[in-house]
Amino acid sequence: MTDIPIAGKRPFRWHIGVFLAPAVIIYTAIMILPLFATLNMALFNISADGVSQFVGLANFQTLFGDPRWSDAFWNALGNNAWFFLIHMVVQNPIGVLLAALLSSPKLRMAAFYRTAIFIPTILSFVIVGFVWKLILSPIWGIAPGLLDAVGLRWLYAPWLGQEAYALTTLALVSVWQFVGIPMMLIYAALLTIPDEILEAAEIDGVTGAQQFWKIKLPLILPSIGIISILTFVGNFNAFDLIYVAQGALAGPNFATDILGTFLYRTFFGFQLQLGDPHMGATIAAAMFGIILVGVCFYLFTIQTRLRRYQF
Amino acid sequence: MNLVKFQGALLAGTLLAGAAHAADVTLTIESWRNDDLTVWQQTLIPAFEAKNPGIKVVFAPTAPAEYNAILNSKLDAGSAGDLITCRPFDASLTLFEKGKLADLTALEAMKNFSAVAKSGWSTDDGAKTFCIPMASVIHGFIYNKDAFKEVGIEVPTTEDEFFAALDKIKADGKYIPMSMGTADQWEAATMAYQNIGPNYWKGEDGRAELIAGAAKLTDEPWVAPFRSIAKWGQYLGDGYEAQSYPDSQNLFTLGRAAIYPAGSWEIAGFKQQAGFELGAFYPPVPAAGDQCYISDHTDIALGMNAGTKHPEETKKFLDWVGSPEFAELYSNALPGFFSLSNAKIELSEPLAQEFVSWRETCKPTIRSTYQILSRGTPNLENETWNASANVIRGAETPEAAAERLQKGLASWYEPQK
Repeated sequence: MTDIPIAGKRPFRWHIGVFLAPAVIIYTAIMILPLFATLNMALFNISADGVSQFVGLANFQTLFGDPRWSDAFWNALGNNAWFFLIHMVVQNPIGVLLAALLSSPKLRMAAFYRTAIFIPTILSFVIVGFVWKLILSPIWGIAPGLLDAVGLRWLYAPWLGQEAYALTTLALVSVWQFVGIPMMLIYAALLTIPDEILEAAEIDGVTGAQQFWKIKLPLILPSIGIISILTFVGNFNAFDLIYVAQGALAGPNFATDILGTFLYRTFFGFQLQLGDPHMGATIAAAMFGIILVGVCFYLFTIQTRLRRYQF
Repeated sequence: MNLVKFQGALLAGTLLAGAAHAADVTLTIESWRNDDLTVWQQTLIPAFEAKNPGIKVVFAPTAPAEYNAILNSKLDAGSAGDLITCRPFDASLTLFEKGKLADLTALEAMKNFSAVAKSGWSTDDGAKTFCIPMASVIHGFIYNKDAFKEVGIEVPTTEDEFFAALDKIKADGKYIPMSMGTADQWEAATMAYQNIGPNYWKGEDGRAELIAGAAKLTDEPWVAPFRSIAKWGQYLGDGYEAQSYPDSQNLFTLGRAAIYPAGSWEIAGFKQQAGFELGAFYPPVPAAGDQCYISDHTDIALGMNAGTKHPEETKKFLDWVGSPEFAELYSNALPGFFSLSNAKIELSEPLAQEFVSWRETCKPTIRSTYQILSRGTPNLENETWNASANVIRGAETPEAAAERLQKGLASWYEPQK
């Protein structure tokens, strides 16, 4: 009889803690602690006699106040914003469009298209960067030849080497690589729309494109919101593609420098430039702040206004 | 009984082997040159061991990109080898200042090396040297002899002749005049600016003035090379803005380009790849009769771990590394990496011999940005990459580029303020 709990005095439920522990411990050890260690590091710097000392917000003052640092920072932030914009106006609409086409019952070989479009997403950045560098190469690339074949050779330029086009080109390469993600998420969202609703719409005479705009799109808006925020976080943490294609100096003339490459150069150093962990941590903290503000903006102003439908 | 005997025999064998082993001292070399493993194992180490019985040498390289980090942690843990391959300038200087590398100023073989040769591994005032210089790389231009014959041009010796030759190749149209790209940026700085620059800033004299603060990067001798490379863009291949370093190498070795602004480390690879005869010429001087200068950049040296258990044997090995015998063996085994020794060496590889022969007519110097001047932020070397690439692409005027570099340097370097 002793194992029957007395009402109002339930035993402590250890199993909850036990089940949570692995996730909490691992997440704390590899995410939360390093994050706070980085934020903490941003408040320190090496003094003239080589000792690490607390400097408060002086590093941030250097980053935003010293024109050498701030110019590089604003350049990287501006490039990053453009990188994000391209993803938002190219990748996500194309993703939605592809998903809409895929979910059409009339499409044959849908599984093949779905797989083919998704495959680049699982490729390594190194492969993607290298393959596109080769495709676009003025010397060995197939891009000049292909354009020549359709009589558009004059359109070709060594895009990756030109300040005006390099960043846009790389953003489009990234779009090519990742368009599968919004496609899959939207596709999944479209599949969850109950057939009754669509049938009801058809009975009311809402079909085709009209059905997409008036019925499906409102129902998948929450998914589009999630995709936007994933794109935002992903883009402002991006680094790999630029590093692989253009190197840590993000040429030409820093035209492709984004926050990730700027952080890398500063933190780890490059060639003769020695790494500066404290200024690097300062940039990382600024990146964290930017992403935090962006995510909060989304959560508190957009997410709360999205209407959700229960079926 | 049998078993006991067997164990006894084993024990005795172990003891004997141990005794024989104790007589030999084994020295370990830390290095990032894993490409050179066979050269060390088959040529260099046997030559030393034959003359120095009782000393065994093991060459233990790590991957180039990880070398500095691995070496630092090994030195801190006290498990690093006796001999340390030294990167030039600040990386090794820091190790010396931390007491990880021994002072080798008094080493007998040091007298075989000039001050320029030792500059990469000496304190800023040049008073103490902590690594024995092994090799340098020389800059110049490698050209396709067949192409020159076809187009009918001679090796240029002055800047005017150089551009006249380029014009002629361009007019001929069969070859791309020069193979270089600006995509990787470092080629523009290293193979263009630092290659031809010493002729304008008078090598070591100019470099010393810059370090002392007596000259500025906006002075004529430092802007002139920018002005010269600003003209290069029109002679490079179509789409050179997106051409990377391997692209440039392949364009040249495939015989599609006539001239390649080079470093001597290319020699071995080019010899293997190119199906035509190769020649080389040193950077053309601004006006006929000018003294020529070459970038003979110190690249690799060998130092002694301050914590070694065998300092005597290690010094013996270092003395041998500084000897003319080593110089000849090393330079011949690795064409394109030239011993920094004052000893006159004969190279069997003609192209390498051509490069090294310039030391007799031209005055050697090292890359201007490597010593002291790249310690601060912004980093002068990295800025020079960017500026050189911009100037070649025509995105920045030579004057504006020089102005920007000077401003960056003056922002942290006392003598330039």
